[in-house]
Amino acid sequence: MEKPKRFYGKGLPGVDLDQLRGQLIVVEGADGSGRSTQIDLLRNWLERRGYPTVNVGLKRSMLVSRELERAMQGNILGTRTLSLFYATDFADQLENRIIPALRSGFIVLADRYIYTLMARAIVRGVEQAWIRDVYSIALIPDAVFYLNVSPKILVERNLRKHAVLDYWESGMDMHRSSNMYASFIEYQRQIHKEFKIMQAHYGFETINGNRSPRAIQNELRGKIEVILNGKSGLIEEESNDSNGTERVARSTTTSANGSKGDQPPVRRQPPPRHRSAN
Amino acid sequence: MTETENKEQIAGKLIAVEGLDGSGKSTQVYLLKRWLELDGYKVFFTEWNSSAIVKKATRKGKKRQLLTPTTFSLIHCTDFADRYERQIRPLLNAGYIVLADRYIFTAFARDAVRGCDRTWLRKLYSYAIKPDVTFYFDVPLKTALSRILDGRTQVKYHEAGMDMGYSTDPYESFRIFQGKIHSEYRRMVNEYDFIRIDAEEPPDIQQAKVREILETKIDLPRYRWHGAIFPRLTQ
Repeated sequence: MEKPKRFYGKGLPGVDLDQLRGQLIVVEGADGSGRSTQIDLLRNWLERRGYPTVNVGLKRSMLVSRELERAMQGNILGTRTLSLFYATDFADQLENRIIPALRSGFIVLADRYIYTLMARAIVRGVEQAWIRDVYSIALIPDAVFYLNVSPKILVERNLRKHAVLDYWESGMDMHRSSNMYASFIEYQRQIHKEFKIMQAHYGFETINGNRSPRAIQNELRGKIEVILNGKSGLIEEESNDSNGTERVARSTTTSANGSKGDQPPVRRQPPPRHRSAN
Repeated sequence: MTETENKEQIAGKLIAVEGLDGSGKSTQVYLLKRWLELDGYKVFFTEWNSSAIVKKATRKGKKRQLLTPTTFSLIHCTDFADRYERQIRPLLNAGYIVLADRYIFTAFARDAVRGCDRTWLRKLYSYAIKPDVTFYFDVPLKTALSRILDGRTQVKYHEAGMDMGYSTDPYESFRIFQGKIHSEYRRMVNEYDFIRIDAEEPPDIQQAKVREILETKIDLPRYRWHGAIFPRLTQ
């Protein structure tokens, strides 16, 4: 069987962790770090290989996403309130999308997870211990990849794409500088600093995001391959002291994981095209 | 931002009232508010689950039954945080007497009954300062139940704890749910130094006691409006 799932803390009431057969893979990084591109490519790759996937991200819950969006437009919420609003949005998706998908053996690709939310809160003055406690309800992912891109390249990519920097991603609500460019650079530096601290605590992988999308994708696939093989890796360990029948039976179970009849048909997508850097 | 570092900077006083539905606490806190404002004190009243921004989401979640114990807890904490950050805390800093109809203990009781971890709940609300006085309107479960069930034709879904699946009968479910909340409150009486008020006594007697206690706990004259910015009309 796969590595058993765990929560960071006490977790959610009423969830049987043994039932969670799928894999939770998180991609973190700033706007313009190439997260969405990488997730799209990963999805194509996985689905082509027969693994059903589900995408989740921030501010996508049925419960509060619209209300949260509206509150952010007005910028009327306090830091802690906003953090808790996001935590509600996260918990709703955790319980109603991530966990059910993992139960069905899906691969969940998370476009950001609790780490961005914690970093944003901490740089705005919320206590680290408190925000970690809030998110102790979260499931520990099978892998977290942090796409680290230097602030200067982030600016360049964001401006080329939108011709404007995002208010929140520039930390303009913190009123550090009226110069949006300077504020963006400073804010992203602070976020990166928090990510480095979290990396030591939560142990996720930093991926050099300053490279071409193809190079990054290859690295991600290599690492995810290991995780997916980790399931069959157990079989190899056991092959010394068990007979061939069991090996066949086991490996069938593993590969059937991705293509069970009771799951919705896997959406076929064209093979990934490696786009050049934006 | 933490509770310990700021307690001494707070000029105001925080008074919370807690108790079961049907304990009469809302009536009592209303009378308290009327007394303080008519006598010219700086007073602010806040109610559980009343943040204009967050309430909409909560209402939708309840109506469509989208809430789980965890999201129920988090959305109420969001509502509380909004009122806390924008009103309770600044008003306390400004030297107001803040009256809270239900405070963090309501979340501790209800959410624990719904299965949330008690330690997690306490940490979740750790940013909130503890009240200077918490009145607990103690009423036998039977009395509280009959006050609610006799007075109203319908109990609301979440109020009755219908989401917990105790019973398909809302009244039966309400009884079970309130019983569990009652035990949670009892656990907290000593933990948080609740001042117990016998909620079976006549309302005016209760109110007299509440006022008397408040006068011993708080140096009330400090909280009077002075140098009247606006002329105040009596009556």
